Amino acid sequence: MVRFLASVSAVALSLSLVAAPAQAEGQSRELLNTSYDIARELFADINPKFIAWWQAEQGETVSVKQSHGGSSTQARSIMQGLRADVVTFNQVTDVNVLAEAGLVANDWQAQYPNNASPYYSTTAFLVRKGNPKNIESWDDLAADGVELVFPNPKTSGNGRYTYLAAWGYADRAFGGDEAQIEAFMKDFLGNVEVFDTGGRGATTTFVERGIGDVLITFESEVNNIRNEYGVDDYEVVVPPVSILAEFPVAVVEDYAERNGNLDLARGYLDYLYTVEAQRLLAGYNYRVNDAGVAAEFSDRFPQAELLRVEDVFGSWPQAMQTHFANGAKLDQLQRR
Amino acid sequence: MTTASALTFKRQHRVLPGFGLSLGVSLTFISLVLLLPLTSLVGQLSNLSLSQYWFLITDPRIVASYSVTVGAAAVACVFNAGFGLLMAWVLVRYDFPGKRLVDALMDLPFALPTAVAGITLATLYSSNGWIGSLLEPTGLSIAYTWVGIALAMAFTSIPFVVRTVQPVLEDLPVEIDEAAVSLGAKDGHAFRRVILPHLWPALLTGTGLAFVRSLGEFGAVIFIAGGKPYETEITSLMIFVRLQEYDYAGASAVASIVLATSLLLLLIINLWQGRFIKRLHGGRG
Repeated sequence: MVRFLASVSAVALSLSLVAAPAQAEGQSRELLNTSYDIARELFADINPKFIAWWQAEQGETVSVKQSHGGSSTQARSIMQGLRADVVTFNQVTDVNVLAEAGLVANDWQAQYPNNASPYYSTTAFLVRKGNPKNIESWDDLAADGVELVFPNPKTSGNGRYTYLAAWGYADRAFGGDEAQIEAFMKDFLGNVEVFDTGGRGATTTFVERGIGDVLITFESEVNNIRNEYGVDDYEVVVPPVSILAEFPVAVVEDYAERNGNLDLARGYLDYLYTVEAQRLLAGYNYRVNDAGVAAEFSDRFPQAELLRVEDVFGSWPQAMQTHFANGAKLDQLQRR
Repeated sequence: MTTASALTFKRQHRVLPGFGLSLGVSLTFISLVLLLPLTSLVGQLSNLSLSQYWFLITDPRIVASYSVTVGAAAVACVFNAGFGLLMAWVLVRYDFPGKRLVDALMDLPFALPTAVAGITLATLYSSNGWIGSLLEPTGLSIAYTWVGIALAMAFTSIPFVVRTVQPVLEDLPVEIDEAAVSLGAKDGHAFRRVILPHLWPALLTGTGLAFVRSLGEFGAVIFIAGGKPYETEITSLMIFVRLQEYDYAGASAVASIVLATSLLLLLIINLWQGRFIKRLHGGRG
């Protein structure tokens, strides 16, 4: 027994000796940014710049980890215990879900400029070379014989923006006449050839499989695809009226505090608003609010009237309820 | 006599420690790995009233997805029953160069991430794909139709048929074929009357497993399905959609249908197989 105790205490002692120096040196802090699928490359670029910035500002070396997946899937993971410090999503509703769960502050949209959206985008069209079907605006997408590809609004935030943009356009074009709007939306949704579950899937379907006349997705993605797959093979059409797609960010306060990263998390989001980061974001074809940077990149972003979800649909929760909930408008429009 | 055999049974040494211990450990792990997750699935359902449950599972769009899924799985199974049997036959009864490679390839659908299979199939069979472009002039499109769904299901479930039929066929000596033929049976006749009766239970089990597997397949199918409401939406996509809506109860309700169907089928297969084997061996289980 004595020998057993001795060996246990020896083991414990040696463990504490091993652990002690590590603690004394102070392990570098690690921030976990949880984000949507197609932002992988973007944040892979931003993170090293942020680390250098934090080093210069605070004199501390930190590391940043990324986690990517569908925005809603990510929100669900966080609710189930993924200890993310910050979220950088493409859907206001997915942050709202976290706020409801008490993980994010209720007034998160007021905590950072522009509704806590350091960058934004809109929904645009990618058409094949020469624009053979002559697609200029949403009208043309509801015409007979036009094949559309965009992600399923049921599974993708990107798809929801597309739906809302089309609806917003029709709302304006038909002066709010519900019957006409719904007829238009029926034609529009009826033209969909393939409903992928996410934005990148839709891109693959359109580009690699050659399905459809028009790919509808974020303007940022449209331009990146064109750069990736050949500037000459595709054309970008930004419709004169489209939707304002905000990319909300928030600190997951509950977890950040427990991780001892609250200041770091806040710093990370602050950084996204700096000129350096805004320029990087614009380089990835996201529209930014910094006036100087916006002017610098103005030739990339055609003028368009961007409708706010809150103005057309009341609020995000309301839009979700009337359009995307089980049995709501979208389901009715697709019903046989 | 009986007491003696009971005694020897008791004293017999076994490779694994006692029956009690091994059964206990097995049951514990079955509970942890299988029963606990299933219980929590059913637990989600307890938030629903019966009428709510009925409403969730009879949504017309979901009902449409049942028929797409079951239809495609049935076609995939019929195909696999034939092709899998042929594959097993070739692997057991013939020797040819590269046989081991083909044998190993048979397991690939198990090892390959199903999403990779789905993307590959979609690439091959879409209208500008390698095979799809050949088929296009004939007016046959595979990717983004339910034919594509059946194809993906067939791909992921073929090993079930091959790997259940193969060992039974290996146990059937070639002499049986030879005896049948020497007694005057023509090739096809010998196969139907002598070989096939022995293979039935294995073939049926394999096909049944393949069917059950196809019902729940998501990764491979989703990339080739197209996801058009009422046309090419599979049931597992509907479960995924419910989860995206944070509707756990709805997702569990639909999942419970898949689960119940699978369990029922597996049970039927097992019972039927047991009776068949009994009959085949003249009452000796």
